[in-house]
Amino acid sequence: MRYLPLTDTDRGEMLAKVGAKSIDDLFVDVPEVAQLDGPIHDLPMHASEMAVERHMKTRANKNLSAGDTPFFLGAGAYRHHIPASVDTVIQRGEFLTAYTPYQPEIAQGTLQMLFEFQTQVARLYGCAVANASLYDGSTACWEAVAMAGRMTRRKRAVLSGALHPHYAQVVKTMAQFTGDTIADNLPAIQTEPDNAGLMSRIDDETSCVVVQYPDILGRIPDLSELAEAAHAKGALLVVVNTEPVALGAIKSPGEMGADIVVGEGQSIGVGLQFGGPYLGLFAVRDPKHVRQMPGRLCGETTDAEGKRGFVLTLSTREQHIRREKATSNICTNSGLCALAFNVHMTLLGEKGLRELATENHRLACKTADRLEQIPGVSLLNSLFFNEFTVRLGGKLAREVVRDLADKGVLGGVSLDRLYPGVEALNDALLVAVTETTTDEDIEALATTLEEALA
Amino acid sequence: MNAPNKSGWKPEMSPAEDGLHNGPATTTGNRALMLEEPLIFEIGHAETTGVDLPEIDPDAPNRLGGFERSKPIGLVGLTEPETVRHYTRLSRQNYGIDLGFFPLGSCTMKHNPRLNEKVARLPGFADIHPLAPQQTVQGALQVIHELGDWLMKLTGMPGVAMSPKAGAHGELCGILAIRAAHTARGDAREVVLVPESAHGTNPATAAFAGYKVEDIPATPEGRVDLEAIKARLAPDVAAVMITNPNTCGLFEKDFREIADAVHAVGGYVYCDGANFNAIVGRVRPGDLGVDAMHINLHKTFSTPHGGGGPGSGPVVFSEALKDFAPLPIVRKLQDGDGYELVEEEQREHRGQSFGRMTAFHGQMGMFTRALTYMLSHGADGLKQVSEDAVLNANYVLRSLEDILHAPFADSGPCMHEALFGDKDFEGGLSTLDLAKALIDEGYHPMTVYFPLVVHGAMLVEPTETESKAALDEFITAFRSVTERALAGDESMKQAPYYAPRRRLDETAAARKPKLAWEEPEG
Repeated sequence: MRYLPLTDTDRGEMLAKVGAKSIDDLFVDVPEVAQLDGPIHDLPMHASEMAVERHMKTRANKNLSAGDTPFFLGAGAYRHHIPASVDTVIQRGEFLTAYTPYQPEIAQGTLQMLFEFQTQVARLYGCAVANASLYDGSTACWEAVAMAGRMTRRKRAVLSGALHPHYAQVVKTMAQFTGDTIADNLPAIQTEPDNAGLMSRIDDETSCVVVQYPDILGRIPDLSELAEAAHAKGALLVVVNTEPVALGAIKSPGEMGADIVVGEGQSIGVGLQFGGPYLGLFAVRDPKHVRQMPGRLCGETTDAEGKRGFVLTLSTREQHIRREKATSNICTNSGLCALAFNVHMTLLGEKGLRELATENHRLACKTADRLEQIPGVSLLNSLFFNEFTVRLGGKLAREVVRDLADKGVLGGVSLDRLYPGVEALNDALLVAVTETTTDEDIEALATTLEEALA
Repeated sequence: MNAPNKSGWKPEMSPAEDGLHNGPATTTGNRALMLEEPLIFEIGHAETTGVDLPEIDPDAPNRLGGFERSKPIGLVGLTEPETVRHYTRLSRQNYGIDLGFFPLGSCTMKHNPRLNEKVARLPGFADIHPLAPQQTVQGALQVIHELGDWLMKLTGMPGVAMSPKAGAHGELCGILAIRAAHTARGDAREVVLVPESAHGTNPATAAFAGYKVEDIPATPEGRVDLEAIKARLAPDVAAVMITNPNTCGLFEKDFREIADAVHAVGGYVYCDGANFNAIVGRVRPGDLGVDAMHINLHKTFSTPHGGGGPGSGPVVFSEALKDFAPLPIVRKLQDGDGYELVEEEQREHRGQSFGRMTAFHGQMGMFTRALTYMLSHGADGLKQVSEDAVLNANYVLRSLEDILHAPFADSGPCMHEALFGDKDFEGGLSTLDLAKALIDEGYHPMTVYFPLVVHGAMLVEPTETESKAALDEFITAFRSVTERALAGDESMKQAPYYAPRRRLDETAAARKPKLAWEEPEG
C-alpha cells in the first residue's frame, strides 16, 4: 500500500522485538464481543490513486461550479478571485503538515503568520486585538454572545432580526444549554434596517445587542446609534460581518463603537468549498477585554538570545489548562484558512482592498440598476455594498431560483430558503455581486429573470 | 533526513566541541539557509499591491450613504514576488510532517497524501456555494452521504452528524444530543463522569452543556477504574465520557462492562474518538456499547493539520441518540437516486434534532480529503493502518522502556502511542529539556506533560506512515538524549541550540501581552 512503509519482513522483526507472535497479540485487550474476523464487511477494498481520483471526479462533475456559470449567490459565503500564489503558499508542506505551534522554536513560521493575521483582522475591524481565528463566522457569533454574558454577568442577548438566520439559529441552539435567553425576530422587509425597533428591545438585563453589518438583506445599519443605546443600558454591542471585503469601503465597526466584532473571513483567500472549512474572525475594541476572549492568541516575546519571536499566549483561558473553567471548549483554530487570509490580504494591501471593495460596489450598483428595469422587480435597499434584496412582485423566489438554475444561472439566494414558510419574505431574492461578475453575467441574469417572471 | 538504507551513508558529524559559534557573526543576522524575515508591516507599504484591479473613480455614484470609510485601514501590501518570498521564508522556520518524524502523541501526525489535496481542489468541490440550488450540487451531497456511510460502517453505529467543525465541536455535538435525549424523556440529570486522564476539552464541553463534572479515578495500570464507576453510577449521571484507546495509550478493556453499567442506570456513553486511528478497521466502537463518538478526520483520516486547523469532527450515534443529531443532514431520496439536504428550517423534518451548530453543512473540504483517503485504503488497508500504527508504537515502547520510565509498560501492549515519564532525570532536568534537545536532533518532540496523570509525561505516537528505519534512527536519538538527561547534562537546559529561535520567554509574553503589531514610536 502506497502510504504504508513497513514491509512484511519489518513487521516480523518488530513483532519479535515486542514479544508478540502475531499482530493479534497486540489487540488482546479488545473484548471478544468486539473482535472481528477480518476487514469490515460491506466496504470496498483498497484502490489505486488513479481509480480513486476517477471515483471522486464523477462526484465533482455532477456539481455546477460557480466559475462555470453566471453566479450571484451570497448570504454569508462569497465568491472572490483568489490569486494563484495563495494556494501555492498554503500547500507548502511546512505550513500544510505542521501542528498547532506548541513548540515555538520550530514553529515561528506559523506563529509569525498568526501575529500578522491578528494585526490585519484587528485593523480591518477597527479593534485593538483579534484572536488567531475560530471555526467560522456563526460559531464566532455564539462565542461573542457567550463572552458578553461573562463580561456583563447578564444572560439576555438581543439579536437583530437582520442577523443571518443560520447564525441566529446557532446562537439559539447553544443558548438552550447554557440558560441564556435569546430575543430575536424576523427581518422587517423595509428599505432601512429597523434600528428603532432593535433599540426598543434593549433593557437593563440585556448582555449584548447583536447586529449584522451589512445585514442579511444587504442593508447598512448605523452602528453608532446602536452602540450608544446599548452602552446606555450597560450592554455590549456585538457586530457581525459576513463580507470582510465590505470593510474596504465602509467604516469599521470598531470606529462606530462596537465592543466585540466577529465575522466570517472566507471571502479573503479561502474560497466557497460548499460551506467549509471557513474562517471565524473575532476581535475586541478594548484591549482590557482580551482575557475574556475565546480561542488561541499569538503574542510577541524574545528568545534566550534576545531575538524577537512569537508564542501562543494567555493560554490560562483555554481548556487544556483550565478544563471545566475555560472560556470556551475550543481547541483548534482555523490555521490554514487564516494563512490563506493572511496571504491574500498581504497581496491586496490597503490599496488593493480598497480597489477590490470599490469594484465590488460598482458592479453591484450596475446589477441593481439593470434588474430594476425588469417589470415586476423592485429593489428593496436604499443602501448596500455588494449584495442587495430584490422583490419579485409576489412570485415565489425559491421557484424562480430553481428555474434560473435549470437554465444554468445561479441567480441568488431566496429568502424562502433562509426563512422557510414566512410568507412576507417569500418573494424576496438576495443577489450578491463581486469582482468576478462580468457584464455578460449581469445580462444573463437579467434575461433569465425577466423570462421567469413573464 | 529520511533514514538511509543499507548503503552505509551517514552524514558527517560536526566537530565535537560546542559547535555553537563556529563562524563569524553575519551582517544580516542570516545564517546561510537560515533566513530572518521581518513582519509584513515592516516591509510592506499602503500603496503597494500584488493584485491588479481597476483604479478607483472618486466620482462614481455609490449607495453607501454616509458610511464610506474615511480613515485608513492600516494594511500594507506586497507585490507577488515579495509575497511568495516572505511566506516561503516563514515556512522554513516551521517543522512539518513533510520534513521529518513528528511523534506528537494523541495528535496523530501521519503523512497527508497529496491525492487528497488534488481532489479537494477540483472546481466541482472547491468552487460550489453552500446555498446553491440542490439540483446543482448533487455530487457534493453524495460525497457527504458516502462519507457518513463509511463512518457508520467503520464504527458500527446507525447515525451520523457531519456538521461539527472540529473534534471539540464534535464532543459538544455528542454531549448536546445526550442532554437533548434526557430532556426529551423529562429526565433532568446533572453529572458527567470524566477520567482524570481526559483531554481538557472533555470537562470543558460537559461544563458548557451545563453539567457538573466529576473525575473518575484511574487504576494503577492506567485504565479507568470500573469499580469506582460502578460505585458512583446513579440516576443523576447523564453520561460518562471515556477516551478509548485512552490517553495513556491503552485499550479500555472494561469498556463494554462500563457501558452496560451506565446504560443500566439510564445514562449514555460518550466515547472521545481522538484515538480511533489505533483501532480503525479492526474494532467497531458500536460493538462496545458507545452511544456517541466524534471522529477527528484530521487524525484518523489524514486531513492536514495546517498549523492548527481546520479540523473536522463528525459524530456517530447509537439508535438511542441518532434522532437528536443536529441539522442539516444529507439523505438519499426515497424515490430515485438523488440526495437532499434537510435543513433545520424545514420544520416538518425537524423532529427531535437539538438544532444547528454551524452556518452551513460542515467541513466539505475535509470530507473530500477523508473520503479520498478511505477509498485509497479500503477496508483492508484501514485495518493495516491501525495494525501498523499499533506495531510501531509497541516497537518504540519496547525499545525505550529499559532506559526511560514507562509507567504502564506492564499493563500489556500499548495501542497507537507509548507513554513515558521523567523519573530519574538528574540535575533538575525535565521533560521539557529533553523535548528541546530532540529538536536539535532534527525531530519534532513528542507530546509533553499530557496526560496529567503521569509526572513529566512524554507521549510518543509514531503513526503507521513511518518506516522501521525511521523508527530505529529516532530510537537511537531518543536514547542518546535520555542518557544525557539521566546523567544530568547541564547543556540541555539551554536547548535548542540549532532551531531558528532559542527558548522563548512565554512568561514575559503573558505578563505584558503584545498581540498585534504597532508602529514604533517616534
